[in-house]
Amino acid sequence: MLEYLMSAEFYQIMLFWVYSTILIGAALAVVTMRNSIYSALFLILCFFSAAALWLLLEAEFLALTLVLVYVGAVMVLFLFVIMMLDVKIKPKSGMSMYTKVGLFVALLMGIEMIMLLGKKLAHVLPQDDLVKHVKGHSNVKEVAETLYTQYVLPFELASVILLVAIVAAILLTLRKRKDYKHVDPETQVHVKAKDRMRVIKMDAEKGNYIGGDQ
Amino acid sequence: MMEQIILVVWTLVKIVAIVLPLIVVVAYLTYAERRVIGFMQGRMGPNRVGIFGFKLWGLGQPFADTFKLLLKEIIFPANANKFLFLMAPVITLATAFAAWAVVPFSDGLVLADINAGLVYILAMTSLGVYGVIIAGWASNSKYAILGALRSAAQIVSYEIAMGFALVGVLIAAGSLNLTEIVHSQSGGLFSWFFIPLFPLFVIYFISGVAETNRAPFDVAEGESEIVAGFHVEYSGAAFALFFLGEYANMIMISALTAIMFMGGWYSPISGESWIAQPSILWFFVKTGFFLLLYLWFRATFPRYRYDQIMRLGWKIFIPITIAWIMVVAVLKVYHIGPWFS
Repeated sequence: MLEYLMSAEFYQIMLFWVYSTILIGAALAVVTMRNSIYSALFLILCFFSAAALWLLLEAEFLALTLVLVYVGAVMVLFLFVIMMLDVKIKPKSGMSMYTKVGLFVALLMGIEMIMLLGKKLAHVLPQDDLVKHVKGHSNVKEVAETLYTQYVLPFELASVILLVAIVAAILLTLRKRKDYKHVDPETQVHVKAKDRMRVIKMDAEKGNYIGGDQ
Repeated sequence: MMEQIILVVWTLVKIVAIVLPLIVVVAYLTYAERRVIGFMQGRMGPNRVGIFGFKLWGLGQPFADTFKLLLKEIIFPANANKFLFLMAPVITLATAFAAWAVVPFSDGLVLADINAGLVYILAMTSLGVYGVIIAGWASNSKYAILGALRSAAQIVSYEIAMGFALVGVLIAAGSLNLTEIVHSQSGGLFSWFFIPLFPLFVIYFISGVAETNRAPFDVAEGESEIVAGFHVEYSGAAFALFFLGEYANMIMISALTAIMFMGGWYSPISGESWIAQPSILWFFVKTGFFLLLYLWFRATFPRYRYDQIMRLGWKIFIPITIAWIMVVAVLKVYHIGPWFS
């Protein structure tokens, strides 16, 4: 028993419990916090804990990509928007309509998950043994091989659809104001001093004003 | 169990061995900055504060500055969010230091030799923006939030150009591991990536300067417009942490440029003498050179206008990097040229 408590496996399992507890707690905090800035920050904590869980699965590339894409890019924009919106902190109230609908949806999703994982996918789930890869196993290579050989067509299609969505979003929101004062940078850069100012040469005038009273 | 305890203690010792010299280098980088810019502008710079009564060209100045900052009071603005106000500098500093975990100082001299090292660096540097945003928001001040918005937009924009420049490096090296990237540049000065990837090299360093909010891209703390930007409300030790984080990031960018493009610890000279051997000294020399460029830029260029910064990042750097990635990919796949044959 003591042997087990001191083993690396036990250490890893403890880490799993710690991170999954933080993950669930932070996820609950996201929906219960009344200050939306805190909600966004807890969502970041969620992503971090999920990345840590993936690290325990020895999927370091996926974990780092999760941090890079979701925490480093997506959540920055989220925070931006929330800060710019100036959302007021909601006063405490009883169960609102949102809470009831949210709880109902959560219950439905929970039942669905249990049905799926309990019945259909039960044989896919690992039976409490830890993920262990051989030394020199590269997660980057594995992801790349799956993505660019087996699923190359769906992957490329998905990225093209995303690109189209980005272009469409920019085009829809791009509009010029009437009092638009944009100057072409090309002309700005190539402007010379003589285009903007005139140097006047003149002789010094006689010193009428020097020496006090006239 | 004993092995794991030893491993943890040994790792902690290594972390201290990286962080302590880093802090000293940061302290003397501030001194070097003031002296170098002083000489460039025909001034003396700080040359008064000595150590134990010896003047030593002002070498005591960083210590005097540190003690001054540490002894000052931390003032909280009215209605500031105290917790986030104190967390912001900690986030900045932690992400700035965390990225050093995968930096190889010399062959095998690295804290964590992970396969996805480059992605780790990108992930950690992209987290630095949180310190800025949270500081700006928690200060409850107009200037701070304006500075934070500018800075965050700038960091997010230039991260893309930086990321693309690094994609070129990883195509050329064929690995995400930083040690492997340096190994693939072995074989003298002309095998270093700065020649085949020259546009990416230039763009990476300039984006690095913009990413660290340094002159001439320091609109985030443009004194003439928004006082000091996101850290305008910070004083004392909290400000010192921001300062430390910013300078640690500068050193980081310089070290990464040396690793990615200038052959890391390899020597530019070939031969048998000790100076031609690959060593940590060469890594320091290269990093120091890029740090000098940072100071040189600051002494030379006036501040960019905000819209010009955005234009430079989005309309000039990103298209060039994308085009050059294509060029590198073609060279690599078809084994063209002296570098990829």
